[in-house]
Amino acid sequence: MKRLKALLLTGVLAMSMVFGGCTNGGGSTGGDTAPAGGTSSGGTIKVGVVNNPPSESGYREANVKDMEAVFSKENGYDLKTAYSLKNDDQLQAAQGFITEGVDYLLISAAETTGWDEVLKSAKEAGIKVYLFDRMIDVDESLYEAAVVSDMSAEGKTAVDWLLAQNLPEYKVIHIQGAMGSDAQIGRTAALDEQFASGKMTKVIQQTATWDEAEAKNIVESVINSGDDFNVIYAENDGMAKGAVAALDEHGITHGVDGKVIVMGFDCNKWALRELLAKQWNYDGQCSPFQAQIISDLIQGKTTASSKKIINEEKGFDAKNITQADIDTYGLGE
Amino acid sequence: MQDNVILQMRNIEKSFPGVRALGGVDFTLRKGEIHALMGENGAGKSTLIKVLTGVYQMDEGEIIVDGQKAVIRSPQDAQNTGISTVYQEITLCPNLTVAENMFIGRGADLLVKQKEYEKRADEILGNLGIPARSRQILGSCSLAVQQMVAIARAVDMQCKVLILDEPTSSLDDKEVNLLFELMRNLKSQGVGIIFVTHFLEQVYEVSDRITVLRNGELVGEYLTEDLPQVELVARMMGKELDELNSLGENEEKKTQNGEVFYEASSLSSSDALPFDFTIHKGEVNGFTGLLGSGRSESVRAIFGADKIGGGEVKIKGEAVKITKPIEAMKHGIGYLAEDRKRDGIIADLSVRENIILALQVMNGFFKPISRSESEAFADEYIKALNIKTASRETPIGSLSGGNQQKVILARWLLTHPDYLILDEPTRGIDVGTKLEIQKLVLKLAEEGVSVTFISSEVEEMLRTCSRLIVMRDRHIVGELKGKDLNQKKVMETIAGGES
Amino acid sequence: MKEKFMKFRKGGLGQLTIPLIAIAILILFNLIRDPGFFSIEITHNNDGNAVLAGNLISVINGASELAVLAIGMTLVTAACGGQDISVGAAAAIAGSAFVKVLKSGPSISGGTVLLAFLCACIVAMLFAAFNGVLVAVFKIQPMIATLILYTCGRSIAYWINGGATPTVDSPIIRAIGRFIPGVPLPTPVLIVAGVTILFMLIFHFTSLELFTQSVGINGSAARLNGINDTFIKLLSFIILGFCVAVAGCIGVSRLELINHETLLLDVEMDAILAVAIGGNNLGGGKFKISGSIIGAYVIQILTTTLYAMKVSSTDVKAYKAVVIVLLVVIGSPVIKAKFAKLMARGRSSKQRVSMKGAK
Repeated sequence: MKRLKALLLTGVLAMSMVFGGCTNGGGSTGGDTAPAGGTSSGGTIKVGVVNNPPSESGYREANVKDMEAVFSKENGYDLKTAYSLKNDDQLQAAQGFITEGVDYLLISAAETTGWDEVLKSAKEAGIKVYLFDRMIDVDESLYEAAVVSDMSAEGKTAVDWLLAQNLPEYKVIHIQGAMGSDAQIGRTAALDEQFASGKMTKVIQQTATWDEAEAKNIVESVINSGDDFNVIYAENDGMAKGAVAALDEHGITHGVDGKVIVMGFDCNKWALRELLAKQWNYDGQCSPFQAQIISDLIQGKTTASSKKIINEEKGFDAKNITQADIDTYGLGE
Repeated sequence: MQDNVILQMRNIEKSFPGVRALGGVDFTLRKGEIHALMGENGAGKSTLIKVLTGVYQMDEGEIIVDGQKAVIRSPQDAQNTGISTVYQEITLCPNLTVAENMFIGRGADLLVKQKEYEKRADEILGNLGIPARSRQILGSCSLAVQQMVAIARAVDMQCKVLILDEPTSSLDDKEVNLLFELMRNLKSQGVGIIFVTHFLEQVYEVSDRITVLRNGELVGEYLTEDLPQVELVARMMGKELDELNSLGENEEKKTQNGEVFYEASSLSSSDALPFDFTIHKGEVNGFTGLLGSGRSESVRAIFGADKIGGGEVKIKGEAVKITKPIEAMKHGIGYLAEDRKRDGIIADLSVRENIILALQVMNGFFKPISRSESEAFADEYIKALNIKTASRETPIGSLSGGNQQKVILARWLLTHPDYLILDEPTRGIDVGTKLEIQKLVLKLAEEGVSVTFISSEVEEMLRTCSRLIVMRDRHIVGELKGKDLNQKKVMETIAGGES
Repeated sequence: MKEKFMKFRKGGLGQLTIPLIAIAILILFNLIRDPGFFSIEITHNNDGNAVLAGNLISVINGASELAVLAIGMTLVTAACGGQDISVGAAAAIAGSAFVKVLKSGPSISGGTVLLAFLCACIVAMLFAAFNGVLVAVFKIQPMIATLILYTCGRSIAYWINGGATPTVDSPIIRAIGRFIPGVPLPTPVLIVAGVTILFMLIFHFTSLELFTQSVGINGSAARLNGINDTFIKLLSFIILGFCVAVAGCIGVSRLELINHETLLLDVEMDAILAVAIGGNNLGGGKFKISGSIIGAYVIQILTTTLYAMKVSSTDVKAYKAVVIVLLVVIGSPVIKAKFAKLMARGRSSKQRVSMKGAK
């Protein structure tokens, strides 16, 4: 019994090592250039970032890398980071940054609640707070601005692109992500509108819960049933890849000159390369790049027109994507 | 006198499919008496207890408690009638307090009136002289005290009859004495105690009366002071003393002067105390002693079945190390285990697979016996040992006990052992098969195989063994051969001197 | 003939009866629903090969990973009397190791693939050995022991590659996951056939089957017959580790990508169910690998059928559960005993009739 407890404990510890706690700052990029841009007190600007861990997703990985690149020593910043999936850990880390005396606090919260106290004490300490990626349930006065994505805008951009293709008919296989997630709701809504209006025909609408193999099964079952279709709208790149695998195996052409239009989301580099090879047609992105916008606000290069700043969502078309786009906007490797 | 009787069981009969476990047994318990229930394995002790406690339903007979006919259909009924049992293994909750253990399941207000219950528990513990406090966590007490708490719980439930089933088997001497004091204390308060044990000394130390069962029949009820220990043993084993005497001297068995095959000096294991042992080529010897005397543990040590503690072993004069069964097997030793169901048969596998198992293990993982070869082996031994089975592919579990045992014998014979240890090979099997196995043992010895033969039936051992090693309380207490190989002498040695 | 029939009634086919009947019913159901369901056609895939296509091919192809895992799961179940619930997570680790090695060089050659597969095997077997030691040496219940890897396995898989979904682009991987040029059957199907043959050979040339069953049925007796039961249990886990590596590599090759979060997600439950549907006792002991493989195909036919009926994929799991509960209950000892009694009664009444006739 004791042995078992010990083992479970070890397991839990291992778990908490994976998800939990403070990761050290990615900081030490041995910079030798002098601070660029107008720093306030002549020294470096201290920035504390509270974020989810990069292991959460490809999106987060790109997000974290972007933060580290923009708030670098070369750019005149002293960056401190704390990553956790747990709200409590995040709150503690934020409090820690306040005590340490950072100039700016940047937060992507695990949960929308519980932040009142921390943000108030930041305000009292004269620390300016920016939210990124996710909103928090607090009074607007407690933060300078929130730079966030609009998932439904992202879905709309994609569907608008699809409509602009002017196909004689739209027979769509719609592969959804995990039901109830923000991304799924936003990316589904725009397409559902088209199904409702009758402009597009729903061949099948199934969730594959972000699972590539499941997406392949769904498409395969449609092919085997003999139903006709000419669009695959997959709510992330992985599921689009699974769907394309099914097409390939059954000799159905896809991409720019193919029979079936393939659409994905997330803009992984490998997915954009599929676009460049004209195997897929479209890839939408929920932009993980908020750091530059915030940096510009901090340095006074731009001013916020409202407290909520919608990050510009990108969508790439196979017909005009370039290698430069892939290098700049692609996630992962 | 008759007023004193608290429990009477009359003409109790109980059969299981194929076995008559109890054939018309009477048992009488009086107020304020410690009554030992004695018998070897399979005598029917535990069946009788289980009938009394409602675990089994009797087929025939009646139970009278306090002059009234009692209907006992479940353990709950037994408790309501005033019959409580404390088993060998503690059946209380070690993580609750003593008080909680004493009152749990006996009233919903246990948590509400905690203080009150604790007070009462302390009173009872004090009255019985049990060295425990009500708020102690039970698991922190010694096993003996835990057992006493179980007894206290039973006593507080107004029990008239207290059954103690092997209560001393996991206690040390000091703890046993504590328990005996408690038993005497209860006795003076008028509780009737049924004491089941296999420790003879303890029976004589604490009990007033003894009832002996054998093969599901009542042998008799005796006052402890009237029954010498050696006679008790004789009755348990099924020989009247006179009869033993009249058997007289056995014919002289040829003593073995051949080369020594196996020799152990101060061999010990986790379960066996150090002992010395030698067996010659072609010799048949036996370990005898009552259940729990350490005979099985000793032969298990020879086979490396338990964790070996120490000692030296020589085979054909050469020092060897045997710490695992496979090592014993590689040195030509085979072991037919005492508990056929638990340690012998692989129930769901076929007769064929059961027969080739040991040989296969010796051949090794990468040299499987081919199907046709294994079929030939199986057929050969099914025929040679006259195993009654529908086919060689029948699961061994569906065979009768005797035929299962023959399959296990076949398994070891197939390995062509130099030394075969047979622990209770004849238990629970029919007379015909018993004789076949005895004959087989003698035949093997003639062929030069050494055999150690263990049986609860001394007669059987006398017929086959040329030397008997007698054990008592985990020690070898004698070695009998030649003229001494007779029932009387064996009984005397087992019982320990004072005849 | 009559003898054979009697043998069948006595359960000569035994534990395979129920999964085979289940497959038959599912096929019949589909044929009634849609006579064309099992039509197989030859198409040319996008690589220009003539290949077979159709629901039947989808079933045997799609069940590949599950079938391989079910083989290993059967052995662990038989020897340890419990199941490994970490196979999905372990497959993610093996798949990640596979991709890691594939991407370590500038180009992917046949040698690289072989090396990557060996690495995946070693990694998976090491993790399996960890589980095995907990179960065999420390005597922890398999489900509890493997719970540890179940919870942290996919995070470990993440650490291996760092990125979210690395892809591999290689004609060799494509051939492993899809079709070898000139071969009309999907490669995963061929791999399952290969693994099955491998295990048949192992059973033929070693005593694995006898020893595993002995340990599972009666560990104490097995030990007294010289079998090292600790080793046998450990071995069963290591073999499962090999199966996990194979399944993980098939999964990766199929999609040419590793997603540590979704690769073979929830497959452990399906693998355990395949073992159960195959008529194997989840408490250990006697086993039939063929039963578990058939069980895997039963599950896949069921899934494919439900998809073909356009059942929402969120509901598929519920429907699957209903059918599987039915199968497992029908295969339970209680129902089997009842059924046997019914058969016996049928027989004896027939006998009585024939006896009357004789009079």
